Amino acid sequence: MEASVIEFHLDGRSGVAPYMQLIHQVRHALRLGLLHEGDQLPKVKDVAASLAINPNTVLKAYRELEYEGLVAARPGIGTFVTGTLDGGSLAAHGPLRRELQRWLAKARRAGLDDESIEALFASTFRSASEDVEDTGRWAG
Amino acid sequence: MTAVIETEGLGKRYHKLWALTDCSLSIPAGHVVGLVGPNGAGKTTLMNLATGMLAPTAGRIEVLGERPAAGPGQLAQVGYLAQDAPVYAGLSVADHLRLGAHLNPGWDSELGRRRIGQLDLDPGQKAGKLSGGQRAQLALTIALGKRPELLILDEPVASLDPLARREFLQNLMEIVGERQVSVVLSSHLISDLERVCDYMIVLVDSRVRLAGTVDELLATHHLLSGPRRDPASLPDGVQVISASHTDVQSTLLVRTSGPVLDPAWTASEVGLEDLMLAYMKQASGRGQHHRHLEVQK
Repeated sequence: MEASVIEFHLDGRSGVAPYMQLIHQVRHALRLGLLHEGDQLPKVKDVAASLAINPNTVLKAYRELEYEGLVAARPGIGTFVTGTLDGGSLAAHGPLRRELQRWLAKARRAGLDDESIEALFASTFRSASEDVEDTGRWAG
Repeated sequence: MTAVIETEGLGKRYHKLWALTDCSLSIPAGHVVGLVGPNGAGKTTLMNLATGMLAPTAGRIEVLGERPAAGPGQLAQVGYLAQDAPVYAGLSVADHLRLGAHLNPGWDSELGRRRIGQLDLDPGQKAGKLSGGQRAQLALTIALGKRPELLILDEPVASLDPLARREFLQNLMEIVGERQVSVVLSSHLISDLERVCDYMIVLVDSRVRLAGTVDELLATHHLLSGPRRDPASLPDGVQVISASHTDVQSTLLVRTSGPVLDPAWTASEVGLEDLMLAYMKQASGRGQHHRHLEVQK
């Protein structure tokens, strides 16, 4: 068995369906530049055997990723990465991360605990996304 | 695709006690089917009917299109692993493989040898000296050696420690990935079934309460929470599976084919384990909670 670029894991208590967890892990790896175009995803049979999950679950995840245009199946050979999610922005990650770290430190000094920070981030993220959509509509 | 198991009004009575009642199922091929329910719900009875070890008292059952144990051809297509993975204590691992080859016309001796090697079993070892996990793996090897189209496993991991359990399920999933075999397995461990099964059957008090593909079951059940109100006020087509109330709030598990549009309710997805438990509770919650005696074949 050839070593694969990524290895899947499952969190049984997350409440997230196993096939969604696999999809998230591939997207995550693409976003962080761990997976590149041409890389092969682990074989369905091997994922099923190593995680003790139904092969149909793995197939479902791969099909969904294929539908999104991120991977392509070559019959009899395997499933390969065909798309990227980093949007060419990997270089920007470093500076953004440092800014975020500064912001986090500021939030902690202001007395926010982890949950409050997450809630604040999520709600700001949501309202910002809505603003972008509105602006988009006006601009269009 | 044809059904691997099809039953209609199937029932089995032991003296005065019905172990299985009015069971109508059609299990499509190509699935790993989980059979869940409390002790005495009828799981083993259903499996024994499917393998032809028992004859029905009422109704009919067909397995792979024929009456169970109708003839050698039908028997050769069904692999069965009974509870506690019975093996012959006095025979060695190699003896078991020889016996399997001798008794089954389509025996896959290559698979037998390969699995014994993979599992690191000593062919000379007496089966009575094997650990629980090794015994289960040996019994699975024998069941697989006949190249069945359908594999029926009664509580295959119940007596195994967590590590042996995981290894057994890893092996099983590898096999399902390799060959076109349908599997029906019973277990109390819903978290295990959640990983490996894509079709679920809930049996309670000798009746089928729920059956369907996991995708379909998850898509048609929702958890609703909102201000307290009478569940009877819900629109037609919404079936309440379980309900709990505080003074001000109601939480309902409902089954519905369409989306829940009433803005008073916050709808969220429900996990498979919670879903199974709700159906088991719904059935046993009525009247006095009691369990039938576990009926052995």
